[in-house]
Amino acid sequence: MIAATERGLGGSPTSRPVRASQGRVAGKAADSVLLVASAAAVVIIVLMLMVVLGDALVHGASTLSLGFLTEAPRGGMLAGGVGPAIFGTAALTIVMTVAVVPVGVLTAIYLAEYAAEASWLARVVRLSVANLAGVPSIVFGLFGLGFFVQAVGRGIDRVAFGGQVTYGQPSLVWAALTLAILTLPVVIVATEEALRAVPRSMRDASLALGATKLQTTFGVVVPQALGGILTGAILAVSRGAGEVAPILFTGAAFFLPELPTHLNDQFMHLGYHVYVLATQSPDVDRTKPILYGSVLVLLGLTFALNAVAIVIRARTRQGAAARN
Amino acid sequence: MPLEATTTVPRKVRARGAFRRGAPAWHRLVEAGIKLVAAAAIAAILLIFAFIVKESLPILFDAVVRREVTLSKMWLPQRWDGAAARWSWQPASELPKYSIAPLVVGSLKITLVALAISAPLGILAAIFTASIAPRRLREVLKPVIELLAGVPSVVLGVFALIVLGTWLQRAFGFEHRLNAMLAGAALSMTIVPLIFTLAEDALSAVPRAFVDASLALGATKMHTVLRVVVPAAVPGIAAGVVLGFGRAIGETMIVVIASGNAALLDASLGHSARTITATIAQEMGEAVNGSPHYVVLFVLGATLLVFTLATNLVAQRIVERFRAQRGGS
Repeated sequence: MIAATERGLGGSPTSRPVRASQGRVAGKAADSVLLVASAAAVVIIVLMLMVVLGDALVHGASTLSLGFLTEAPRGGMLAGGVGPAIFGTAALTIVMTVAVVPVGVLTAIYLAEYAAEASWLARVVRLSVANLAGVPSIVFGLFGLGFFVQAVGRGIDRVAFGGQVTYGQPSLVWAALTLAILTLPVVIVATEEALRAVPRSMRDASLALGATKLQTTFGVVVPQALGGILTGAILAVSRGAGEVAPILFTGAAFFLPELPTHLNDQFMHLGYHVYVLATQSPDVDRTKPILYGSVLVLLGLTFALNAVAIVIRARTRQGAAARN
Repeated sequence: MPLEATTTVPRKVRARGAFRRGAPAWHRLVEAGIKLVAAAAIAAILLIFAFIVKESLPILFDAVVRREVTLSKMWLPQRWDGAAARWSWQPASELPKYSIAPLVVGSLKITLVALAISAPLGILAAIFTASIAPRRLREVLKPVIELLAGVPSVVLGVFALIVLGTWLQRAFGFEHRLNAMLAGAALSMTIVPLIFTLAEDALSAVPRAFVDASLALGATKMHTVLRVVVPAAVPGIAAGVVLGFGRAIGETMIVVIASGNAALLDASLGHSARTITATIAQEMGEAVNGSPHYVVLFVLGATLLVFTLATNLVAQRIVERFRAQRGGS
């Protein structure tokens, strides 16, 4: 890696003769310190990633089996698998995606296609999105509890169920909606970027042919940006599937004998399962294989999604660069 | 009408559009709907703020809650059982004690460790990637480092708990395996990609002409990087570090798993620490709805929210001022 770098440096034609004529040894030393330090930083970060992934692979791979992926936990979480947790995570992210993608995409369409750069509404929306992205995930958990469970859920119970607790408790739908708000900035930012990458000439051509603004947006621009929009959705799913703090009080359950079938059921969740196994196990050594198996499944899920998103995004960017 | 005024369509096209039949009325309706949906993000942040504050308000106005805890009791040292004044977090004891000080110190200790590791690493790696590495290497490095941001925080917590904890204990001889240093080190793994990405963006945005001018004047490549490129990108890099600070203060799952969670008030990095976030995560499940404990946990959440929004605004302000300068020069 470092060899390649030096070649890159040597390629800069002006540096060498000047340095020689100045004959400043100290300058040369400083140069190489920066080169070595910055290259070392890159190596350390890449090593961090490889060690974390390698550790999960080495310790988790032997636990993985079809049974582990489908069975329920048994024997006080010391045996069995993570089937219900996978199911719960999938159900949670599906409900979340259904909620967040339309709202996020329409917001991005407003920002990229309709709003003037200086418009009052657009600026406030952008400010809100930036701040939403900075809210700590545990605060989203508190919000989900205070707003969705206590206010909205109890309200529905009072109006529709005569006060009987039906939606006024932690459940799948409230956890999913909490995560939807948490991932909203991810979808908006990725979609807006994708929409802006569509060349102006396409819009002009469509409008010149007599299409309306709305027809142009949904018939020409959105289909062109589909790859980028998909990237945003995948990143949101990956983020949502890995977040635990927001679902602690809004619906995740330690153990459930049955799979969730309704929106107001509680659910098991891979990330929460990992947290419980790591912190509340009576016997750490005996839990370890199951713990690492769960980590590997969670990592596989979020990581695969992320990798796909990054590849699609890189392609989209290259495509945009080639067109412009 | 406002929609029409804000379209990006060139004027001529719009004028010609007046000759063909106008868009059907339902197009206007859909466009108004899009605008309405776009306001959802504003509603979300306002609702979050409103509800966290609403659930915290009893600490100011509810007599039952105030008999047990007030804001001044949370912040000022208290004399309990006639003992010397001290700060203590013991919400489950006979005489509940809700001092926020040990939690703030715990959060700050862990955050500073995380920043001390991730800021130099992230910035140096960004310098290498943006200004030194050949283009092809750069295109590989960026996504690889960004993958680290996709690792769920519980996974990093487990890694700290089982692997990193042992390594650090062996290296530093900590008495307790789970401590502020470990939590901070694990936390730095989520902050590094954030600082890296923002710093890299800032460095890549430095105009090529700056570099060329410096090289033409006879400066070496490294001299140019250090004295021209990095100074020009300082605001963006600073914004990244500020955002990293906010993210680190707000991170929950890693510190719950790796910090040991003892609410001690001391400066030692080798001791266990309890953060604001971890306290909320661990105690909200047991707090009775509407009880003083429940209200105090929401007050912690509100404190956290205000703090992170403030860091966010600072970061945005830095970037904006930078942009204004750049535009003016």
